[in-house]
Amino acid sequence: MDKANVQRVDITEAARELVRELTEEHGPLVFHQSGGCCDGSAPMCYQVGDFRIGQRDVFLGEVEGCEFYIGGRQFEAWKHTHLTLDVVKGRGAGFSLEAPRGVRFLTRSRVFTAEEIEQLEEPRRGPAE
Amino acid sequence: MTYAFPNSDGALINFKSRYENFIGGEWVKPVKGNYFENITPVLGKPFCEVARSTSEDIELALDAAHKAKKGWAMTSVGDRAAILNKIADRLEENLEMLAVAETWDNGKAVRETLAADLPLTVDHFRYFASCIRSQEGTLAELDANTVAYHIHEPLGVVGQIIPWNFPLLMAAWKVAPALAAGNCVIIKPAEQTPTSILVALELFADLLPAGVLNVVNGFGIEAGKPLASSDRIAKIAFTGETSTGRLIMQYASENIIPVTLELGGKSPNVFFDDVLAQDDSFRSKVLEGFAMFALNQGEVCTCPSRALVQKNIYDEFMDLATERVKQTFPGNPLDPTTRMGAQASNDQLEKILSYFEIGKSEGAKVRLGGKRAQMEGALAEGYYVEPTIFEGNNAMRVFQEEIFGPVVSVCSFDDYEDAIKISNDTLYGLGAGVWTRDMHRAYKAGREIEAGRVWTNCYHLYPAHAAFGGYKQSGIGRETHKMMLDHYQQTKNLLVSYDQEPMGFF
Repeated sequence: MDKANVQRVDITEAARELVRELTEEHGPLVFHQSGGCCDGSAPMCYQVGDFRIGQRDVFLGEVEGCEFYIGGRQFEAWKHTHLTLDVVKGRGAGFSLEAPRGVRFLTRSRVFTAEEIEQLEEPRRGPAE
Repeated sequence: MTYAFPNSDGALINFKSRYENFIGGEWVKPVKGNYFENITPVLGKPFCEVARSTSEDIELALDAAHKAKKGWAMTSVGDRAAILNKIADRLEENLEMLAVAETWDNGKAVRETLAADLPLTVDHFRYFASCIRSQEGTLAELDANTVAYHIHEPLGVVGQIIPWNFPLLMAAWKVAPALAAGNCVIIKPAEQTPTSILVALELFADLLPAGVLNVVNGFGIEAGKPLASSDRIAKIAFTGETSTGRLIMQYASENIIPVTLELGGKSPNVFFDDVLAQDDSFRSKVLEGFAMFALNQGEVCTCPSRALVQKNIYDEFMDLATERVKQTFPGNPLDPTTRMGAQASNDQLEKILSYFEIGKSEGAKVRLGGKRAQMEGALAEGYYVEPTIFEGNNAMRVFQEEIFGPVVSVCSFDDYEDAIKISNDTLYGLGAGVWTRDMHRAYKAGREIEAGRVWTNCYHLYPAHAAFGGYKQSGIGRETHKMMLDHYQQTKNLLVSYDQEPMGFF
């Protein structure tokens, strides 16, 4: 398995379509994986530049042209899992851009295989230069 | 007796088909004229429309609040306290109706809204009425002729974003201290539960001067963001999750205003080996303490969602605890004997189900539940989940993230040090539970666990006058205590000289 082929984050076709629509409406987008209560564990979708990516945030990869980040400490608890950005019907709280459409992004996860973990590269921390 | 569904024969509450915003003492249509459907999780179906507000509506509310600001700040503490007490009386007189309304909006069992949500809401207004009435400033006599007076003043106009898990109670936690301290308030309720607070407001709106309390509904991105980022608020309070918490702090930093945040946890509930030492009522209380993860369908920031059981009693304890949890199963939330209602929304349901997959994928063992509860008849499309017990280890995602469902992840520990180490191995520090017959161990553990509240030989009690708030990533500030007044007040220092002689500098 080639290193470049092991991704930390992927996206479903339905989520891809929603990202395209939201990009058309709002411009370039970024995802930040939330934690904690209420809508914690939900991925948040913001306009690029609205949410300030911190120096400790971990860059997990790109989905449909959008960068996907998670908090540094949360990454430590999540790093053994592969994430897939999906979308379901519902109504999330928080400031995520899709909520008014009656849908909510959802992070699905699976555990990386031992082989995949060996192939994974150390992710970048902080915003893109 | 099971309560009739709202808007049916014999119902305690008939919801309106549409609810407007409450701004400047009046019910006001949203400027853009848009509404969204509010869904009851009991049935998974819409039951009313609510204003889908935008920045224009937030600006109207800010106008109204600023107009009312001076008058409310100048209202005597005696009068403010009297109004809060009257609000409490009105809510109490309508407690049963409000409990049913809350159940319909949120999905939780009416047994809980009757016994906890509403009585605590009522008491919260009374508590802060007494706090503000009895609060005193200080003075320091610096020398024979110089006195420093410290006087409490309100911040002015504040914004509050309310979560959906206890819509009325969480609103009371924020509104009561803010109003008591003399602030004018703009509330943005959660979009999942926007209605019960309006039903409550209809009961007591006449008690408050116009503009003192304003409620603007809508989506986070469309209404919450303009409120949180406004330069016309003096403070923002938020309960929710960490990404939005960071965003709120970021907006607050742009305006240099304070924030209070409550962002959840992954609360450890620790059972030491002496809890089973006797077969007595305390043993039964301990098992109840384990089963508490199912309270409010697990949708509590302090859900005891990690249970730590000492290894030498693990098997016996888990057999007893599992039997206790089996007595709890979702049912019609309007039946007062039902212990568990519906999850608050479809995406919440989906998220919980996705965690069942993550847990299994990580190798956690499903001891009980682990699936959606399929209900029959009218409830078939509601969002119900079976109480679930996972067994695994603390490194698993189901031990590290608040699932916000009726799910507990259980692991064993060897000794005291191990228990503390596992308890503190989390990003969060909101709540914790310690269960033991040994008061020395209880005190030591309570002090060493890094959490804002450690329930000791009890759990899930939320009385006013006991401070609630988080360590670590769980947030900033302490609610449900008179110290919350500090979060809604400025300190004015008058430094006064009673000396008639010149100071002698120039």
